[in-house]
Amino acid sequence: MARTSPVSDWAQDFDVLDAGYIEDPFSIWDELRTQCPIAHTDRRGSNWLPTRYADITAMAHDIGHFSSLEVAVIPFEGEEPEEPLLPYGLPPISVDPPIHTWTRRLLLPWFSHRRVEGYEGLTRDLCVRLIDEFIEAGHADAAEHYAQQIPVRVIAHILGVPSDLADTFTGWVRDVLEFADDEERRMRAMEGLFTYFVAEVAVRRANPGTDLLSQLLNTEVDGAPLEESIVLGAAALVLIAGVDTTWSAIGSSLWHLATHEDDRRRLVEDPDLMPLAIEELLRAYSPVTMARIVTEDVEFKGCPMKAGDRILMNFPAANRDPEVFEDPSKVMLDRQHNRHVAFGSGIHRCAGSNLARMELRVALEEWLRRIPDFRVADGAEVTWAGGQVRGPRVLPVVFP
Amino acid sequence: MKIRVDPDKCQGHGRCYGLSSALFTTDDYGLSSVIGNGTVPPELEGKARLAIANCPEFAIEELED
Repeated sequence: MARTSPVSDWAQDFDVLDAGYIEDPFSIWDELRTQCPIAHTDRRGSNWLPTRYADITAMAHDIGHFSSLEVAVIPFEGEEPEEPLLPYGLPPISVDPPIHTWTRRLLLPWFSHRRVEGYEGLTRDLCVRLIDEFIEAGHADAAEHYAQQIPVRVIAHILGVPSDLADTFTGWVRDVLEFADDEERRMRAMEGLFTYFVAEVAVRRANPGTDLLSQLLNTEVDGAPLEESIVLGAAALVLIAGVDTTWSAIGSSLWHLATHEDDRRRLVEDPDLMPLAIEELLRAYSPVTMARIVTEDVEFKGCPMKAGDRILMNFPAANRDPEVFEDPSKVMLDRQHNRHVAFGSGIHRCAGSNLARMELRVALEEWLRRIPDFRVADGAEVTWAGGQVRGPRVLPVVFP
Repeated sequence: MKIRVDPDKCQGHGRCYGLSSALFTTDDYGLSSVIGNGTVPPELEGKARLAIANCPEFAIEELED
């Protein structure tokens, strides 16, 4: 099903849901960067697409002109309910200071280095069990049967919700992020997720636990308990932002290793390379684009931006800017200078970045330990999702 | 060699800690600081330079002696 009409002018009429763009955005960014580094489109409202590192990081730091009140790359064009389900959206990602500052501080301790070390054991056990299920068969869908299964279960553990609902959670998150241009599907998923967390909140009010949801309910700010909509929004954020993103990074990394034998062998033979390799894979295949909303008319690098325009914060393109990265289209697993912004830049730096890195590292370590030799199955079609989050959704590999 | 993390610039990416947990520590909010008074042992100078070159916020600086 074609979701978009064809694009002939990427500078003035781009479409991030174009099938060719989802498959290979890199060559399009390279061309735009030299010819029209901030592209524009009027598809789904007035949107700008910067492609240079310097512009993207400058905008990320200019929170006065570029607000986070809407961060969805694909605007919601359906009918809004009269009373918004979540008046603050998904704090802290969808708010500016001052609300951003204190809501972010509520979540960050759950993702500190120390806390994340505590999640490593269960992540490793999970990876081992997943591989057990397909290793004898000699083939697997590395996206669906492995990458997709990992982050959702770790997040469920942190939130204190049952991991046997993983498929339901994954469905909601995909509907919100990957099928965002289908208003009905997107709204139904948000309502499903919202209703679920409302019920979970009620359970925890009666029976508090040690999980994130219970702890948020027990938190007081300035002497008063948190508004329930803040708790619900933050919980929904942890789920939505913690699933599709990391699973995409794991999938893209496995795709790279399945299609680049030299890199795969190198990483198997030299596991000490892993920390640098992780950063390089995150740079080259950054999954996440976030949006900002222009707060007042402003000219930025000669572009006449109007209040209400949407900026697609193209962190993935920033990470392939030759002004900043030597030979950016080449994956160098031991790249020494790698100031990448896969997790964003400025005050909205991904709150879960430590968790994402740990999951990516453990997922690759366990896979390579058990399956050091693998490749994409002959004749198999690898499919990618794109828009807000880019990564493989079907990745059939063989390891005979 | 002596270095510091500028607390006004650090956003908690944790790249420096990932490169050298012997040089850097992070708090509950992910924010980094240099362990001790900022003096880098000679054997860790390479790591310190790497951390400076990898910080996405340009938050790590080498101090004059």
